[in-house]
Amino acid sequence: MTPAATTFHTPPAARRHSRTEPPAVRRLLIGVALVFLALFLVIPLVFVFAQAFAKGIGYYFTTLRDPNAVSAIKLTLLTAGIAVPLNCFFGVCAAWAIAKFDFPGKNILLTLIDLPFSISPVIAGLIYVLVFGAQGWFGSWFSDHDIHIIFAVPGIVLATIFVTVPFVARELIPLMQAQGRSEEEAARVLGASGWQTFWRVTIPNIKWGLIYGVILCNARAMGEFGAVSVVSGHIRGQTNTIPLHIEALYDDYNFAGAFAMASVLAFLALITLALKTWVEYKNAALNETK
Amino acid sequence: MATRQLGAKKLRVLPGFRLTLGFTLFYLGLIVLIPLAAVFWKTTELSWGEFWHVATMPTAMASYRLTFGASFCAALVNAFFGLIVAWVLVRYDFFGKRIMDALVDLPFALPTAVAGITLAILYSKNGWIGRFFTHTNASGQLESVFTSSRLGVFIALTFIGLPFIVRTVQPVLEDLDPELEEAAASLGANRWQVFWRVIFPMISPALLTGFALAFARALGEYGSVIFIAGNIPMKTQITPVLIMQELDEFYYAKATALAVVLLVVSFLLLLAINVLQWWSNRHDTHNLA
Repeated sequence: MTPAATTFHTPPAARRHSRTEPPAVRRLLIGVALVFLALFLVIPLVFVFAQAFAKGIGYYFTTLRDPNAVSAIKLTLLTAGIAVPLNCFFGVCAAWAIAKFDFPGKNILLTLIDLPFSISPVIAGLIYVLVFGAQGWFGSWFSDHDIHIIFAVPGIVLATIFVTVPFVARELIPLMQAQGRSEEEAARVLGASGWQTFWRVTIPNIKWGLIYGVILCNARAMGEFGAVSVVSGHIRGQTNTIPLHIEALYDDYNFAGAFAMASVLAFLALITLALKTWVEYKNAALNETK
Repeated sequence: MATRQLGAKKLRVLPGFRLTLGFTLFYLGLIVLIPLAAVFWKTTELSWGEFWHVATMPTAMASYRLTFGASFCAALVNAFFGLIVAWVLVRYDFFGKRIMDALVDLPFALPTAVAGITLAILYSKNGWIGRFFTHTNASGQLESVFTSSRLGVFIALTFIGLPFIVRTVQPVLEDLDPELEEAAASLGANRWQVFWRVIFPMISPALLTGFALAFARALGEYGSVIFIAGNIPMKTQITPVLIMQELDEFYYAKATALAVVLLVVSFLLLLAINVLQWWSNRHDTHNLA
């Protein structure tokens, strides 16, 4: 509905007046919102960086260069390096199947994809302990073959994959559903192969959503704590990821060290938010040119 | 349409249906469904009586009361302030609006362990906020009212639930038809009446969905709570922490029984959220017609 059509009788000034509040109410609401956001978002964010540099920049970099910290950073990169590409591939497959085809049970499938979001991270870790732990379904087979999954790196990777399953799929499904199928169908009718259609038509259309999904997935994969905590075993220098190393430093009352590590992840979160804003802007621009 | 009728046989123009759906189901089964089934399989090791005994033991009951109570209060506070934030972001212009809009998602993007230690220190007796809210504790020492208290659990759950209400209400507010408000105003309704009788009923399904999402997220939360809560059994121990504690002592069956309670509640909430979304979508199309 165009606004021009609706302003036929009402003069612009009166129209504006009928849809807004008195200045005092407006200022009060803005004030309440800003105080709430400052209290819960801005102050904690500033606090992370203030604490991280509380003992000086030298101490900050000493903390990050500590062998246990380096090992935690490496393990986190490895975990994200496995979990993100797998879930990205899964997300594209799931979105293709759901957005481009009709089949019964689609809503159930959508709910199943979202399932890891509604499961407590602690339970996400627990289920892998039950499957692969010493008393678990496959636990004895793996221990007979001297393969360690729980309290070792594979368990950490599996738990991380579990909690980050929905991210890419969830970004792509609504986007691809909104874009419909006609462009791909046109490409096929004009003689493009399936792959060509996917790479030349679908990917350019979904690239911003895909990038954002990957970034979100990555942020969560690098920051996951509860699920990883259950399956890790907390061996410093071996099975501690960055969040687990933060906990270890905090438990040692090394707050400046804990916040130095935390600031790395907080910085990653800020980049994620900045990219999100940029991707939304790009998507809006893409939709406008269509 | 991806399918066209050709005789009795359906031909699809687009390729890859079986491959992508097959992989989707295989991956979900392997990563999500089979491991999840392990939880329910593990509880069958307990008899019904044993399960009931574990699920209703005093520490468990106290943890449910705290988890559900604090999650409910946090979602309620977020519903109130989240509505104001969404309203202000959609309707008004002010300095720093774009940055605030982007920052709303911070609790989604910030790892829970980072949020946990930040809130714990920020609200401690020497923290920027906690120093203004101190009291003398039982052992005669000055302590923040948030440290090792239910209030601390509530603060952490409010933080992680913040984006849900804003992000569900915001798009609905943006799409509201200005004509309805103008019609109400021209018929003599004052601004409060327009909000309460016209706008609020239209955004209430989204508000309720956001509330349910924030509540569901808070129920399972672990990382942001444990540092500020102190995890005192019977007092500030949330259910996920109790599960963790049983696991640390290798009481797998006990941990699993508690997990099943939490899972069943989560599934019921997920169902409720889906019904709510279906209802609010129907509501939308009804408005357009």
